[in-house]
Amino acid sequence: MNIIKNRYLYFLISLLVIVPGIIFMAIHWVNNPNEGPLALSIDFRGGSLLEVQFSGTLPSINDIQAVYNQYLSTTGQVLSDAIIQPLGTDSYSITSKQIDDATKGKIVAAMQSKFGGTVTVLNFTSVSASVGAEVTTAAGWAILAAAIFIILYVWWAFRSVEHPVRYGTAAIIAMFHDIFVVLGVEAMLGYFLHWEADSLFLTALLTVIGFSVHDTIVVFDRIRENANIYRRVDYETLVNHSVVQTLDRSINTQLTVMFTLFALALFGGDTTRHFVIILLAGIFSGTYSSIFNASPILVVWQNREWRTWFRRKTEAQPGTAQ
Amino acid sequence: MSRSRNFWLVVIILLIAFSLWVDLSKNISIADPTNDKLLVNLNTDIHLGLDLRGGLQTLLQADVPNCASVDPAELNVTRQILESRANALGVSEVTMQVAGNCRIVAEFPGINNPEQVVAALQQTGLLEFVDMGSNPVPVGTVIKTDYGQTSAAQKPVANGTAQSATTNPNLTATVQPAMTATPLANATPSATAQSSATTTAPVTIYHTVMTGAALDTVAVQTSSVGQYEIAFTLKSSGTQVFSDYTTANVGKYLAIVLDKKVISVPVINSAITGGQGVIQGNFTVDTANALAVQLRYGSLPVPVKVVESETVGPTLGAESVRKSLLAGAIGLTVVILFMGLYYRLPGILADLALVTYTLISLMLFKVIPIFLTLPGIAGFILSIGMAVDANVLIFERLKEELRSGRTLRQAIDLGWSRAWPSIRDSNSSTLITCFILYIFGNTFGASIVKGFSINLALGVVISLFTAIIVTRTYLHLVLDNLKLDEHPNWFGL
Repeated sequence: MNIIKNRYLYFLISLLVIVPGIIFMAIHWVNNPNEGPLALSIDFRGGSLLEVQFSGTLPSINDIQAVYNQYLSTTGQVLSDAIIQPLGTDSYSITSKQIDDATKGKIVAAMQSKFGGTVTVLNFTSVSASVGAEVTTAAGWAILAAAIFIILYVWWAFRSVEHPVRYGTAAIIAMFHDIFVVLGVEAMLGYFLHWEADSLFLTALLTVIGFSVHDTIVVFDRIRENANIYRRVDYETLVNHSVVQTLDRSINTQLTVMFTLFALALFGGDTTRHFVIILLAGIFSGTYSSIFNASPILVVWQNREWRTWFRRKTEAQPGTAQ
Repeated sequence: MSRSRNFWLVVIILLIAFSLWVDLSKNISIADPTNDKLLVNLNTDIHLGLDLRGGLQTLLQADVPNCASVDPAELNVTRQILESRANALGVSEVTMQVAGNCRIVAEFPGINNPEQVVAALQQTGLLEFVDMGSNPVPVGTVIKTDYGQTSAAQKPVANGTAQSATTNPNLTATVQPAMTATPLANATPSATAQSSATTTAPVTIYHTVMTGAALDTVAVQTSSVGQYEIAFTLKSSGTQVFSDYTTANVGKYLAIVLDKKVISVPVINSAITGGQGVIQGNFTVDTANALAVQLRYGSLPVPVKVVESETVGPTLGAESVRKSLLAGAIGLTVVILFMGLYYRLPGILADLALVTYTLISLMLFKVIPIFLTLPGIAGFILSIGMAVDANVLIFERLKEELRSGRTLRQAIDLGWSRAWPSIRDSNSSTLITCFILYIFGNTFGASIVKGFSINLALGVVISLFTAIIVTRTYLHLVLDNLKLDEHPNWFGL
């Protein structure tokens, strides 16, 4: 089996997933210049989410908006642009500008007196816009910090082989590949299903990062070991041999994680479904990139193939280093 | 070699026995047989996080223009005061943690009146000196005072705002308009719950002599006989009031009351006319300091506002727990079947190791304790994947070594030693990620991220132990008792 030989095909497959994702992110950014590339939940952009269950007659969306119209947000604006969506058969999910707990109490009391029955608060989240923005920025820094520390660690762990910094860099490129796949999938889900990136999405993204590097290092470790055993073999054969040797393990580990995630997606309920689907996409991408991107990048680097990219007709995209 | 295996076997058996004991019990208490005193009393129920159990989580932020100007010590005092205030509301299991430079994360599991709790947290603390006459009430009692009672209908919650309004406690007319009081109390039907809780104390209405606003300085010192005491000086406005009162009430009790809760009941030994006094009692250095802090900061040293608030109803949480547990069980079963079918005997042993892993993790979750949240469960499930991964790495190595003609025992030893570097490096990078996530979650009060990173890191560490030591011990145990060399197909070859 020769995986490394077809490396540009695998780079192309990655691009075929990543480029549409970037396009959908761009579409969202153009349509919502304030939000950036992804549809963000109130966790990041600030606002309030109220989920209420009605035991009496179920009011219409307009009835609920009428109640909201009478109250003010924390910044003193009328809550006229609430987004009200049905949730199951007896509940609503209402997203609005940020309201405080006291206002929420008043709104629930007003609903109770207006629509009768008991109004139960299933979930109430309220985030101020400044905190949301700050968390978004900090999440970016956290990912960057993680990337730097991992490069340094991999560099150190592979110090006995030639060019250890390449291994760290290739692992990080594979990691950014997975980040872009996850962001792209989220952008598409946001476009078609109106899913919003919330703090669980951030957790899923961070998990994918951890898993991605974990997977890549296992393959690299085999290259490190084989490099000491087969000293005469050329680098490309060595890398390919190592990838093939670890293929069983890569697929089996991937399968076990996928089993648990599929179980969560099918039986875990609505709260975690978005989270699990993002994890599934990311972990699949993590295994793919460790086999088909990270190791081939080492070969590309070893051969300094970018010198020939612009002479060939095909495979000339600088972005192939994804 | 064999001796160390026996050692690990004993360790593993003891660990499993202890884990089973903790996992199956809800409470562990061990009494000293000689005097029936409880030596250990451990709540070993599963600790569910807010998103699963229902409750309120708020992120409070210092209400100042510049976060860098907040003194960490003052923020910590604020946290302590808020915590005692929440406890005074009768809310149990409150946790409050300082997050970053100027934020406090407060979690209130299982409450159903978030509006009142939030309102009570944000009010300014009210410190009062209350006339107890000759019949003091015990420390900790919630009492009613005449301070700020402009009308009988007014709720105690509203009184807190009064302190900054006046330095003379008797001038109830100047009490700030209690703008927060009425709408709050009428907001929901459950609003009466809290006010009734504060009025279960004696119906006696005590007279407030003065408030904490009259205090100028407070310091802890030791008396001539070596006891800790608290020295205070009064502002000029309080001096006369205090002088008149103490002159008339020598030998009586003067209670120090914070937010209507009695925190100390000293006796008036002599009239205090010079605006300086000393509070004596059976203080240790800690209790004296604690009281001094409360006297000094009856009001919060750092004003706070709510920037984030999340309430989860108990029904949503219960449903999530049920479904996640079901999904987790199904996922675990499929993984166990897969490992057994694909790797045969070692796979079954790895499955036993996985069960061991689950038992130990659950035990640690209960003992540490770690609050289980949805992302926490996700982190745990991911760590199951990683626990299996270590075994998969070893077994693939084991098969390779068997194929290249090694004997079974050689292959087992080589499988472990050669798989180790990749297990070490891959798990180290995961731990690095966990560490950075933890710092991120802790600084920004993002408890979701924090819980996830703790669970994943814990899972990685336990899985290293079970994959490397437990599986290997099991395998050697089987080898010693069965003639496996005759059955290579048991190893999936």
